[in-house]
Amino acid sequence: MKNHLVPLHHIAHARTGDKGSRSNISVIAYRKEDFPILQRELTEEKVKEHFGFRHPSAVTRYDLPNLQALNFVIDDLLDGGVNLSLNLDSHGKSLSYWLLSMEIDAE
Amino acid sequence: MSDIYRVACAAGFSGDRLGVAKPLVNALIKHGGPGCLIFESLAERTLALAQLERRQNDQLGYEPLLEEMLEPILSACVQAGIPIVGNFGAANPFAAAAVITRLAKEKNLPELKIAVVMGDDISGPSYRKIIEAHLAKPDQELLAHSQLVSANVYLGAKEIADALTAGAQVVVTGRVADPALTVGPLMSHFKKSWEDWDFLASATMAGHLLECGAQVTGGYFADPGYKDAPNLSNVGFPIVEFDAQGNICVTKPEGTGGVVNRLTVTEQLLYELHDPAAYLTPDVVADITQATISDLGNNRVKLKDVKGHPKPDSLKANICIDGGWLAEAEISYAGHHALERAQLAAQIIRDRIDKDLDLRVDFIGSSSVFVSDSGEGPAIIPSKSFEDIRLRVAAAHQDRQLAMRVCREVTALYTCGPAGGGGVRTSLKPRLNTLVALIPRAEVKPSYVFYKEEHSK
Repeated sequence: MKNHLVPLHHIAHARTGDKGSRSNISVIAYRKEDFPILQRELTEEKVKEHFGFRHPSAVTRYDLPNLQALNFVIDDLLDGGVNLSLNLDSHGKSLSYWLLSMEIDAE
Repeated sequence: MSDIYRVACAAGFSGDRLGVAKPLVNALIKHGGPGCLIFESLAERTLALAQLERRQNDQLGYEPLLEEMLEPILSACVQAGIPIVGNFGAANPFAAAAVITRLAKEKNLPELKIAVVMGDDISGPSYRKIIEAHLAKPDQELLAHSQLVSANVYLGAKEIADALTAGAQVVVTGRVADPALTVGPLMSHFKKSWEDWDFLASATMAGHLLECGAQVTGGYFADPGYKDAPNLSNVGFPIVEFDAQGNICVTKPEGTGGVVNRLTVTEQLLYELHDPAAYLTPDVVADITQATISDLGNNRVKLKDVKGHPKPDSLKANICIDGGWLAEAEISYAGHHALERAQLAAQIIRDRIDKDLDLRVDFIGSSSVFVSDSGEGPAIIPSKSFEDIRLRVAAAHQDRQLAMRVCREVTALYTCGPAGGGGVRTSLKPRLNTLVALIPRAEVKPSYVFYKEEHSK
């Protein structure tokens, strides 16, 4: 069992945007030295699994080391998006906080 | 002294907070240098809703808050020589220009030079074949079986820049790419080549930072204890200071609330952005992979080293079609067994109408926003301690009567459902569906004219 699991929101902040049923979630390290932890822990596979209940079709990660940020582009995350989803949050704006709830090894 | 041009943004969407423009205009006047004021008021669906409104009344279909937006600052902007640029024309830019003309008269201002940008609206019959040819196959089918509500190409900044260079005091547009509201004034002021890709890309990212209003000055940001943004009830809207080298400094008026720091600017830089090496706009493909952000303190943040690549060959168009009806109905259960009673109510609704409609059920207070439309969730509903649950049932259908059943069945829970249900609210609204097409530039003919009163007759 890992001893160093912490919620992602302890070391990073995030913002969600949407275009149709595609969501993008930026994850930004508060401290430059934590950026490598994000790169190691937040793989495309793990993010896809974390959102598994939404059945995303693809997750693409873009690394922005200058900005100590990762940008995740997640296809078909939004049940059709702002026009077609029946969700109260049809933009998926709250989903950045679901990603920030992920437990990561921060060592 | 370096040549700085300031762009201030007083709206991030249609319906944004009013009263924010005055501190921006005061700041522009205080600096005394060249600058402009922009209003970004069109989201993906705003224009289609405006188009529906225009069909009901050909004098409407522009930004409904236009007068309230401009009234407090129009005189000051005209007197100080600060141009105003807005996509508040929505589906009816000439009607918007007529309103601004009337407002100027009421304020005893001299006759204004108001430019109207045209060419974005491709909903007319002559465009039908072009749109069909550039839709994906399933979307062609959808369009063939639905009513077209609106079709608009995202125009670039050229017409805005040309109008300002020709002396426009106000530029009214319909659908333009959001950053074009910023790129236009910067290109008019700095007189750069339309193939200076790095400059265009910098101007575009400046516009991208501005286009959501307070989202770069501490709005949509605060998370108490982690990320604080003071005095959001009086959040200052953003100002970008831009130089001839394409360096960007984001700030906000002194004495306003909110915060501009590395965190707010990084979040907004990546907002609704996909590949950071290729942010597609009508004017340029912007690349922020080498960009750096430095916090200068005192609510000033610098962004530099944005790169640009040649503009794409086609323009994005949003096509809105009729999307049937959305029915939503809610009822509350409180006290002991609230969640169990809400779950029983949901089961009753499912038993009665699930075969006819795809239902979404939310137990607000226990399990809602994160759950998928098909009801799958991240395994929450952890305890039985929920004693204030709001049940929400939603469904959509082309048939208005069928969608309406959700409202009727939830209302009937008053007398036919579990104990203690109260506070039913229902709503039935038309839905719009959006399709995207990439239209070759050659098919689109953007232009601008200076408004004359006969335009609106």
